[in-house]
Amino acid sequence: MQVEKKEFKPTIVAFCCNWCSYAGADLSGTNRLNYPANVKIIRVPCSCRVNPMFVLRAFQRGADGVIICGCHPGDCHYTTGNYYARRRMTLLFSMLDFLGIERDRTRLEWVSAAEGAKFAKTMNEFVEAVTKLGENKRLEDLRCKKQ
Amino acid sequence: MQEAMMRRAKELLADGTVNRVLGWQKGEFAYDHTPAVFDSADQLEQFVYDDFTAANLSKYLVKETKQEGKILAFLKPCDTYSLNQLTKEHRVNRDKVYVVGIGCEGKADVEKIKALGIDGILGIKAEGDNFVVETLYGNQTVAKTDVLAERCVVCKSRKLMTYDEILGEDGEVINSNRFDMVEKLENMTADERFAFWQNELSRCIRCNACRNVCPACTCEKCVFDNVNSGIANTAAADSFEEKMFHVIRAFHVAGRCTDCGECSRVCPQGIPLHLLNRKFIKDINELYGEYQAGEDTDSKGPLTNFTYDDCEPSIVHERGVE
Repeated sequence: MQVEKKEFKPTIVAFCCNWCSYAGADLSGTNRLNYPANVKIIRVPCSCRVNPMFVLRAFQRGADGVIICGCHPGDCHYTTGNYYARRRMTLLFSMLDFLGIERDRTRLEWVSAAEGAKFAKTMNEFVEAVTKLGENKRLEDLRCKKQ
Repeated sequence: MQEAMMRRAKELLADGTVNRVLGWQKGEFAYDHTPAVFDSADQLEQFVYDDFTAANLSKYLVKETKQEGKILAFLKPCDTYSLNQLTKEHRVNRDKVYVVGIGCEGKADVEKIKALGIDGILGIKAEGDNFVVETLYGNQTVAKTDVLAERCVVCKSRKLMTYDEILGEDGEVINSNRFDMVEKLENMTADERFAFWQNELSRCIRCNACRNVCPACTCEKCVFDNVNSGIANTAAADSFEEKMFHVIRAFHVAGRCTDCGECSRVCPQGIPLHLLNRKFIKDINELYGEYQAGEDTDSKGPLTNFTYDDCEPSIVHERGVE
């Protein structure tokens, strides 16, 4: 019996701010720009809604990379949310790096509602980077693995 | 020192300034003193203060200051940082505490005594610069400096941050090399760091002692008590849970941790948990400016604050070794 070797396709979780990146993703769709289908978007009301636990939870449940997209600094719908998110995520990413988790698995990107092209480009780049890293082994939870 | 403290506590109880005293009493072993509340001069006979009264008493004040009357608390410099932080967060009513600051020369770590090959400890007496350790196999002498707790070796400050009166000598803020170990880890490769932490954290038995003792962890309802969180109060079934627990625990106190080192002291498995907290402190100092939690009671914490030109998270790529 021949075993077919499947190409590795990472699972990416993208936390997208309702007011900008989520609309940006929509725009990239209406503009018929391609971005990989393995990006799973989770809509959040603001990038600062993303609790560090969400990021770890995503990895636990099988994500190979987590990206957080929010409004550009200064453009937050709630005025200052993304500034707090920026500090939090800097510290979280730094801590994950400290624990020896590959630093390319996490990313934060500012994407406005008008930047459909940037959204598609960011996702393409991120998926490529995570594909290079391969499967998430260091933050996996064996109980959540598909058999 | 112990006599002076007992005398002062009795005076303050007698003149009605306070109606309770927070201190330490003898525990099960000679080196294991437990925090205790005394409410009469008779009870104060049990009061203990020596090189092993290491527990940070500030957290007990969260509950104690909700009760009637004023309480006397004997606080070491580390504990006064914690008290300031708790006052800032409105967890402790400072007006209901009478703080007697005590000078601190560092505390001893019994694990270090045991590591010297001394077993069957029955009692420990301080004699000048040495400890005379009474064991089942006879007496042994060790130098105090050899068994100083790790957190005291790299002590950040012997200055009392808040007090109503001082017993002993107030110290100074020390420019210590407490970040050396964090730096050493940062300079390892990612694989080495991963192996280091896998080795350390896999010993975790999820006893939650680090959380329970932490003076910054004072939530009534903790995320780790939520059975739906998937990581609630159980021994870890997967190595993921250990990492999740320790990252989140350290993150929840980031910017509020005063680096008192209690988490590592109480860890029954000897995991250097303070390194995780110190990593956050180091990052905050380097990225957002020097900040010492507990130094004052009115400044804004680094994670409840921001500037318009903060660095982007991609800075992680530019720092340290991959």
